[in-house]
Amino acid sequence: MNRFGFQISTARSIDLDRADAKLRQRLLEAVPSYRYCIGCGGCTATCSAGAFTDFNIRKTHFLFSRGEVDKLSPTPMPDVDLNKCMLCGKCTLVCPRGVNTRGLIMQMRQLLVNKQS
Amino acid sequence: MKQIAILGAGPAGIEAASLLASLGHPVTLYEKESEPLGNITDKAFLFPNFADAQEVAVTMRAKLDNPNITLRCNTEVTQLLPSYIAGFQEENLTGTPVWKVNDELYDIVLLATGYTPFDAHRKEELGYGIYPGVHTSLEMEKMIREKRIINSVGDSPKRIVFLQCVGSRDEKSGNHYCSKLCCVTAVKQAIEAKKQLPYCEVYVFYMDLRMWGQGFEEMYRTAQQDYGVNFIRGRISEAGGTFDGRVQIKAEDTLLGRPMKMTSDLLVLMVGMEASKGTRELATQCRICGEYGFAQSKDPHLHDCQSDAPGLYVAGACKRPMTLSDSINDGRSAAYEILTSL
Repeated sequence: MNRFGFQISTARSIDLDRADAKLRQRLLEAVPSYRYCIGCGGCTATCSAGAFTDFNIRKTHFLFSRGEVDKLSPTPMPDVDLNKCMLCGKCTLVCPRGVNTRGLIMQMRQLLVNKQS
Repeated sequence: MKQIAILGAGPAGIEAASLLASLGHPVTLYEKESEPLGNITDKAFLFPNFADAQEVAVTMRAKLDNPNITLRCNTEVTQLLPSYIAGFQEENLTGTPVWKVNDELYDIVLLATGYTPFDAHRKEELGYGIYPGVHTSLEMEKMIREKRIINSVGDSPKRIVFLQCVGSRDEKSGNHYCSKLCCVTAVKQAIEAKKQLPYCEVYVFYMDLRMWGQGFEEMYRTAQQDYGVNFIRGRISEAGGTFDGRVQIKAEDTLLGRPMKMTSDLLVLMVGMEASKGTRELATQCRICGEYGFAQSKDPHLHDCQSDAPGLYVAGACKRPMTLSDSINDGRSAAYEILTSL
């Protein structure tokens, strides 16, 4: 992250009026159990990748849902790199709402690749 | 025969009156409004089973058809004093105090004067009374009841935002407590809104969702599963108007740690419960006023329907925020306490 420079700062605020709602819609179609998420963070707490890197599942899927996909991989300098996930599936085991979190990561990756191409 | 007065013809007062009357005790039931059960007849449906509020009110109202019950509507009680405070000498033979209700004397009084909704004007930053798209949960309930949910220009809204904890858990408005039923009410109203307007986007902004009652958590899940209601953890800090009569809101998505903004046709403020004017005034007069203007019971576990004043009982939402079923049960408990004292 560039802590000093002469770049133009962009707004940090999420603008839901401009967000691309279709991405969340497609994600929900692919992983219907995602709508049960209550944001408890259990997935993130148990995440093997999260233990060693700044990968954060909860943050990732909320960014995706709010249309903030520019912050996610496969952009050149992503805030959250989806490829850090090793698909071990521990998050799916601990989810109290039975969300297919592993499927969620795979689908987000796929949707972002499709969006790029 | 001891004279019994019940102040407030809400669910607690009616339940207590009907139980006492059915066991042969005459009671006088005071109500300041022209009709009993005002807070129920305002509603469309009741959580958690979506019971028709009007039908429930009719059943409750029928409990008053008893010759032992004297219902006095349009009668606001402004004076409630025991003989030991008022200084008059009409003690009865057992030496217990006599209670003066307006100008009449009773041996036993049940305070069931209930709650009043929080006045949303007090949270000026949320724009109630300033922007036409901002409504309280009571107004939303009315729109649901009339099957006419409209935005400020009379069209079907494309987006509805609910905000929890307006006037509850808020030190700025002096209410540290949780009003306990707004959480589930917002879920209920969100589901109703989606039933009536399937293509409308519905958001609920919350600090915590307290789905404490039977069937509440399941309703929350139903709202997510079957109705696609969006829940965002964060409190809306301010609302502003747009040129076309919508509302722009600002909040933090606290699960992302990022500020957020959006425009909505409607912003519904889930207002909490406060002690009603009657509760505040009468509880103060007879020196049983507790925190936040609610009436204080003798003991929250063992003597919750008694007060520190002999002969004075307390039931329902005059003590603390209560649901309809809580209030009915509490009225029944109070009637039982009164019966054992006779």
